[in-house]
Amino acid sequence: MIKFILGRLSYLIPTFIGITIVAFGFVRILPGDPVLLMAGERGMTPEHYADMMQRLGFDRPIWQQYLEYLWKLLHGNFGDSIVTKQPVLSDFLTLFPATLELAFCAIIIAVVIGVPVGVLAALKRGSWFDQTTMTAALVGYSMPIFWWGLLLIIFFSGILGWTPVSGRISLLYYFPTPTGFMLIDSLLSGQKGAFASAASHLVLPSIVLATIPLAVIARQTRSAMLEVLGEDYVRTARAKGLSPRRVVGVHALRNAMIPVITTIGLQVGVLMAGAILTETIFSWPGIGKWMVDSISRRDYPVVQSGLLLIAGIVMIVNLVVDLLYGLINPRIRHS
Amino acid sequence: MKLRNTLLAASAVMAMLAGGVQAKTLVYCSEGSPEGFDPAPYTAGTTFDASSRTIYSRLVEFAPGTTNLVPGLAESWTISDDGLEYTFKLRPGVKFQTTDYFTPTRDLNADDVIFSFDRQGNKDNPFNQYVPGVSYEYYTGMGLDSMIKSIEKVDDLTVKFTLNAPNAPFLADLGMDFASIVSKEYADKLMAEGKAADFNNQPIGTGPFQFVAYQKDAVIRYKANPDYFGTKPHIDDLVFAITTDAAVRAQKLRANECQIMPYPAPADIDGLKADPNLTMMEQPGLNVAYLAYNTQVAPFDDVRVRKALNMAINKQAIIDAVFQGTGIVAKNPIPPTMWSYNDAIKDDPYDPEAAKQMLADAGVTDLHMKIWAMPVQRPYMPNARRTAELMQADLAKIGVTADIVSYEWGEYLKKSTDVNRDGAVILGWTGDNGDPDNFMNVLLSCNGIGGSNRAQWCDKDFQALLDKAAATSDVAERTKLYEQAQVIFKEQAPWLTIDHSTVFMPMSNKVTGYVMSPLGSHDFSNVDITE
Repeated sequence: MIKFILGRLSYLIPTFIGITIVAFGFVRILPGDPVLLMAGERGMTPEHYADMMQRLGFDRPIWQQYLEYLWKLLHGNFGDSIVTKQPVLSDFLTLFPATLELAFCAIIIAVVIGVPVGVLAALKRGSWFDQTTMTAALVGYSMPIFWWGLLLIIFFSGILGWTPVSGRISLLYYFPTPTGFMLIDSLLSGQKGAFASAASHLVLPSIVLATIPLAVIARQTRSAMLEVLGEDYVRTARAKGLSPRRVVGVHALRNAMIPVITTIGLQVGVLMAGAILTETIFSWPGIGKWMVDSISRRDYPVVQSGLLLIAGIVMIVNLVVDLLYGLINPRIRHS
Repeated sequence: MKLRNTLLAASAVMAMLAGGVQAKTLVYCSEGSPEGFDPAPYTAGTTFDASSRTIYSRLVEFAPGTTNLVPGLAESWTISDDGLEYTFKLRPGVKFQTTDYFTPTRDLNADDVIFSFDRQGNKDNPFNQYVPGVSYEYYTGMGLDSMIKSIEKVDDLTVKFTLNAPNAPFLADLGMDFASIVSKEYADKLMAEGKAADFNNQPIGTGPFQFVAYQKDAVIRYKANPDYFGTKPHIDDLVFAITTDAAVRAQKLRANECQIMPYPAPADIDGLKADPNLTMMEQPGLNVAYLAYNTQVAPFDDVRVRKALNMAINKQAIIDAVFQGTGIVAKNPIPPTMWSYNDAIKDDPYDPEAAKQMLADAGVTDLHMKIWAMPVQRPYMPNARRTAELMQADLAKIGVTADIVSYEWGEYLKKSTDVNRDGAVILGWTGDNGDPDNFMNVLLSCNGIGGSNRAQWCDKDFQALLDKAAATSDVAERTKLYEQAQVIFKEQAPWLTIDHSTVFMPMSNKVTGYVMSPLGSHDFSNVDITE
């Protein structure tokens, strides 16, 4: 097992270097630069432009900038935003809990609903339940997130008044946020109603963010289940008189979960992408919104380090998924 | 014990919320996050609303709802006869805000004023680079670096600015956000503690509200400044709930999660107007959108060609289709709310037949041209691509083939300044300080060629009028000069003037005392909220 873990870890180093190159190069390939955008309609004299580029260090050869970036990274320095002048890492750490809280709730919703629905649909293949849920999953999968979020806001917040429109907690509550997770901080604050307010603010954005992963997980579970249910060992288990619950729950589901766990792991990347839109609609102060703003301002240090940090997290999640694989399926561990 | 304390604290909060001593809180659904809280390095209105308009004050201020200058931190001023010396008498007893991170030991004085400008203009000032790479775009952009010769302390409450040449708009520049007065004592303290960067995160000013907390990208909290030198704010707490999506802002306003919001989406305006719980304020924005021909490139160097194209384009149709009624047709380079607007000027009529004839007279046949459409929405232009398409269709009617091109915004801004640029550019401007010079001199002067003068247009008579107007501080005289300049502008037609957009501000009926600023800033110092 240790060899397996070390093997997987060794992949991380070249991936890490690859990501720094992509993240560094990506934002510089985009046309335009931060100084031009700062100048706006007024424009600036070529001398002032050159002066600004030099002050920000963008006048040097690109390889030199890259090496310097890498050097700083190795010393734990992720750089400072050109716009807010704040260290990128501290901004990331401030904002990331909000995204994590949202993504966590979304993935819980997606798994808790998606897996049972997929299993049931597979067991009742061809039934109305199967057809309805799988059609719904197809619709969910192709849902334009922005439109869907707005629709839910208008219906549940605007017309019914059940949920708040946006934000993380009612503005009446004001307390320190040591963990950055509003659900936890609201409990710690001891203010009456704070937790309920934080939870109610999470409902709509979590549903919106969960929509696509839920659809994918439900469909994947169904097809994996169908495949497994047709296997010989399942027939054998049935033949030897095991209860249907045991056959499905232990023999079939455990094997069907392997591709499902892969899918769930891959959905973390999808969640990060979905967070960009979801956070924008629900004024959710997370890293998705932060990245969008920084890209549009061409805030190079934020974009390159932000991408690196996000990619790092996705990488770690994928590693954990790989390791989980090993736990569930000994064949992978030994191969 | 801890639990008991917590419960006590919680019940105190609830009692405050429920009881008669409830603090008056106004929630403003702001459209974006501030870049920082020091106004000097930034140029975005969103940043200024959250910093200079709430926390800081300036030597002179724009009277609410106007661009007229009134005393601010300076209670009076004199301008020397040669227009070179501006002497400001400071208001005595003005206190900087006391917060949990700073307690001032002295009142505002001349040192603070000098420091506020010197740190921006003087590269040797130790605070000039208080965070590495910081630059002062407005200070340089408005030309203060070359305009100001010296700033001197006459006594503790008197400051004298000496200019290199007379410049009438200078006074209006001092009312702008970048000219906010900061505390030298606070800056020195931070510098000594090695925490200079906090100057941008934990602001100290003399304005109506003081900073309490900023939760990044989510909420900014302020409270009324008990030591404010002006009329004390009516509300106790001011909260900015950062809500970037316009449709979501509108929903929050309807749900009373905030009581006032800027920049509604054009599609939401009718619905918001119809809501009985809301009031919609509107006023023409201090802006202009234009199509700038490159007057240095044939055939656009011929005024007849420019006039013909102007006559071929149906501007009212653009206002109807693109602005959905939220704008008015522009005929002058400055908006009608600005002093010296020349209403006697007749716009080029929409007349495709005459346009065709005029093109023929100019000997131009089979004209191919480019129209540049901006890739972004701006306050003066909600959809440049659609506008360009309508222009393209109108031009086709007089036999002109137009191709629409666009670039990424930064590239667009840069490429459009090129003197040899191929094509006419859609762009616009929002005024900074309400002075006509801030439109005509920035956008149409000879020294703006290759820069902000996208028409690359230099007219000696026009320029002479601008120069003369900038050199005199008599407003009546300046008005006459700018009116004449607008006549020349119309005759020479370096632009097709497109529109001045309307600015809307929906708010709850409970909000009173809000006054819209023609400069587009948002100020809550006089606002009250009724229950």
